[in-house]
Amino acid sequence: MEGVIDGAFADPVMQSQSVFRALMDALANPGTMRKLPVPRAIGTSMIPELVSTLLTLSDHDTSIWLDEVLRSEPANVQFASFHTGAPMVAEPGRAAFAFVHSAEAMPPLDQFNPGTQDYPDRSTTIVLAVPSLSGGPALSLRGPGMKDEVHISPSGLPGDFVGQWEINRALFPRGVDLLLVADGHVMGLPRTTRIAEGQ
Amino acid sequence: MTALPQYNFAYLDEQTKRMIRRAILKAIAIPGYQVPFSSREMPMPYGWGTGGVQVTASIIGPDDVLKVIDQGADDTTNAVSIRAFFAKVAQVQTTTHTAEASIIQTRHRIPEKPLTEGQVLVYQVPIPEPLRFLEPRETETRKMHALEEYGLMHVKLYEDIARHGRIATTYAYPVKVEGRYVMDPSPTPKFDNPKMHMSPALQLFGAGREHRIYAVPPYTEVVSLDFEDHPFEIQHFAEPCALCGATEVYLDEVILDDRGGHMFVCSDTDNCEERRQAGHVGSLGTGREAAE
Ligand SMILES: [Zn+2]
Repeated sequence: MEGVIDGAFADPVMQSQSVFRALMDALANPGTMRKLPVPRAIGTSMIPELVSTLLTLSDHDTSIWLDEVLRSEPANVQFASFHTGAPMVAEPGRAAFAFVHSAEAMPPLDQFNPGTQDYPDRSTTIVLAVPSLSGGPALSLRGPGMKDEVHISPSGLPGDFVGQWEINRALFPRGVDLLLVADGHVMGLPRTTRIAEGQ
Repeated sequence: MTALPQYNFAYLDEQTKRMIRRAILKAIAIPGYQVPFSSREMPMPYGWGTGGVQVTASIIGPDDVLKVIDQGADDTTNAVSIRAFFAKVAQVQTTTHTAEASIIQTRHRIPEKPLTEGQVLVYQVPIPEPLRFLEPRETETRKMHALEEYGLMHVKLYEDIARHGRIATTYAYPVKVEGRYVMDPSPTPKFDNPKMHMSPALQLFGAGREHRIYAVPPYTEVVSLDFEDHPFEIQHFAEPCALCGATEVYLDEVILDDRGGHMFVCSDTDNCEERRQAGHVGSLGTGREAAE
């Protein structure tokens, strides 16, 4: 059970606050990279960036979903329930937060919960680990939080991501929000962001 | 304010902060939509902006610099108490200068000095629902927002025009955010509405008694509702600030005596003081020392 206890925040109050501010700034300023404080690695497929968002956002009031690879490692499941008490759900469509360790393990966006027209906030926030927040195909972003067009190039996004995202965006005010994490940073893509391929 | 012998960082417990933080993230992702949250008791009465205080408490960290204003002033009992509260429970630096603040908590005004990227403006909101006075039932207003049914709101504004020849609403003037949700900008004067549009700052709204949080991300469209033949207009003041000579700012009327003597002065006390320090003098001002 060593891995279960280790890997949490050394100073939960202050670290949760600074992680939250990174997440808030990331969603308020889509496409920008924000430094994400991370705890020590727990030595599993659950990378520290996933751990720090998990610890900051989840508790027994939030259902969480881990992708199959993450779930297949008992240490990840134990870690999540020990430190957050969050109920684990088997279907992504029932999750308040979904943690995904790679694009290969990512279900299509429409498998998650987009919320309802009356309560669009009752939707899934997806935290997706990618190999890098740069070096991938160029995407251009527009929408709230951006003064001008913003250019990003995260690598390792799911195939047909732009097409899936367009469908998600058209659901507004319903829809899922996406947090991309890699290398101690986070990038936010709220449901309001319009994404086009190329510069 | 009651004594706080033992308290958590920023007063709230971690579970409450997490819940409010989750609501804030959703609010940012759905600009203008009111996210429900479970409001907590704060060591101050509701009229003191417990919604704003809970939002500030959930986002604030040791590196923040906090400014608190009440009707534009940094020195009212309410503003002073909230500032002292956070200086104590979060050990943060406080300021009265708009440009120095990373978080500005406000009741009823937006600072005159343009806000900048990275700043967060936290509004204390008494009644978050712009449709409330048209439809008291929450289930109904929720449906109206869901279906984007804002006809009643336009009818109300048009009745104003029929009765007064113009839209008489001067405070809490409704806005539409990013072309979708109609939102109450809290009881700020409509003079401040244009400042919300495409602001570089993140705007967060907390309604404690009503358990609602909503947001306007930076660089987001905020349009005051109006009609083609009766376009939205801000208030204009006939005279400049008597202390600093500022025009194009929001002024408060101050009664000087019982013979009808009065003057207009800046509602934003920090902006007024900075102007006087820079040498601007109004008709009744004789430099900074004399004005105080
Ligand atoms: Zn003045």
